[in-house]
Amino acid sequence: MKKFFDNIFRYKSNKKINGYMVAGSIITGLIILMVIVGLFYMPYDPTKMDSSCKLQGISLKHIMGTDNMGRDVFSRVMYGSRVTLLIAIGTVTMGVVIGSIIGAFTGYYGGMLDEVLMRIIDALFAFPSILLALVFVSLFGTGTYQVIISLGIAFVPSFARIVRSEVLRCRNMDYIESARLQGVPDLRIIFVHIIPNTKDTMIPSILIGFNNAVLAEAGLSYLGIGSQPPYASLGKMLSDAQSYMFTTPSYVLSIGMTIVLMILGFAFLGEGLGKDKRG
Amino acid sequence: MEDQVLSVKKLNVFYKNRDGKFIKKQTRKQVLFDISFDLKEGEVLGIAGESGCGKSTLVKTIVGINKDYDGEIIQKYPDPQMVFQDPYGSLNPAKTVGWLLKEPLRVDKNRKWTEEEMNERAKTILDSVELPENMMERYPSQLSGGQRQRVCIAVALMRNPKILICDEPVSALDVTIQAQIMNLLRNLHDKLNISIIFISHDLRVVYQISDNVMIMKNGRIQEYGETKELYRHPKAEYTKQLLKAAGIRGSI
Repeated sequence: MKKFFDNIFRYKSNKKINGYMVAGSIITGLIILMVIVGLFYMPYDPTKMDSSCKLQGISLKHIMGTDNMGRDVFSRVMYGSRVTLLIAIGTVTMGVVIGSIIGAFTGYYGGMLDEVLMRIIDALFAFPSILLALVFVSLFGTGTYQVIISLGIAFVPSFARIVRSEVLRCRNMDYIESARLQGVPDLRIIFVHIIPNTKDTMIPSILIGFNNAVLAEAGLSYLGIGSQPPYASLGKMLSDAQSYMFTTPSYVLSIGMTIVLMILGFAFLGEGLGKDKRG
Repeated sequence: MEDQVLSVKKLNVFYKNRDGKFIKKQTRKQVLFDISFDLKEGEVLGIAGESGCGKSTLVKTIVGINKDYDGEIIQKYPDPQMVFQDPYGSLNPAKTVGWLLKEPLRVDKNRKWTEEEMNERAKTILDSVELPENMMERYPSQLSGGQRQRVCIAVALMRNPKILICDEPVSALDVTIQAQIMNLLRNLHDKLNISIIFISHDLRVVYQISDNVMIMKNGRIQEYGETKELYRHPKAEYTKQLLKAAGIRGSI
């Protein structure tokens, strides 16, 4: 058990405590705990309105106060984190899976396929991903799953790039040549022999991708696209809350802080893993 | 002619070149000229020559990595296996030694291996390259250069090939480990009765193991013959130079 923790939380090179990993794990752990608890228990129904206690500040009864319709903000944050996390996970998964496939094939086979697909990826890269997602949202319509697909497509180019460069690096190594000599089929070489070698680069970039997904989703929801009321994601709630910024600061702050913590947690994890690799 | 496992006749090999600064023109450059030799069952053929003389190109053509050639390559047994020069690049760093050993069996087209058979086979082979069984769980990064090269040899031997091609297997190792690996190769050769093509730029190493030697320069065979005879009475001027440079002339 101790060895397991040492493996994760200490640098491999000098055995010092990896602060980024510790902080990242604690923060991410808290957020995930909140989401999991929210699946079974919430202090209040997040959609239940109560006109007798609108826009209250922080109190024992409502630990993050209430919103303009008298709904308990903490329960709503619990729910919203779930939606946001779902969108982030879905987006990154989609980006990684499609990106890996494109990157692996273009990197391994090269030639015409590589040229054509990479120019398309370049074209997608030319737009900021949030703008790209906006375009796709206007194509697919709004809603949680549409947002996942739109953001997922917008995230494909960066992952495709990363995987491609890693595959290019591995493709001409002797161990791939020797696998070919043993008669290992191409597909098996790509996905069983090469892809596992990209993990050192992929894991930190997946975590950073997670951050970008949370931010992009918040951005989209803030613009009114994305998951629809009454079940709101954090970004949507933030955009609702901003009108009451001066009357009830606890409302907007508690939502904002949750987003900040979520991103900080993943950023620390990514940084910690990257630092560990660099030593 | 019956006991030949490999025979190469009038082999010419080409590389593709892309020339030109802006507009790429594809040119074909010939790198091997008129190579012919036979490999008998149980024979060890040493190939020596300076860097860039085409030694590696020759074996890469034989195993089928280079496809642009004319001439004949006749193999009695399919899939010759190869041991590469750099022990740090020839083992997949993401896999354990056990996994790497079993991979040739998993993709074996001739028969299906059960997990137990594979384990059994891996243990036998590990034993014959003088590595302990607990190597199976280790990752290549945890092994030394000599151990890695032993694992490479083990992987190559998994499917019981008739021909083993060693492309400078010891030039990345230090001298004591070199001697161990050479001993191991000689023992394996005696025990398993495999034919070995052994490439090296080090004439001393080639002498230790080979029955026949081929000296190459600029893609052509300079001299080809029985090892002792060739080392004692070199005919080609280039062979004399090489032997002199290696400081072994007269001492053998």
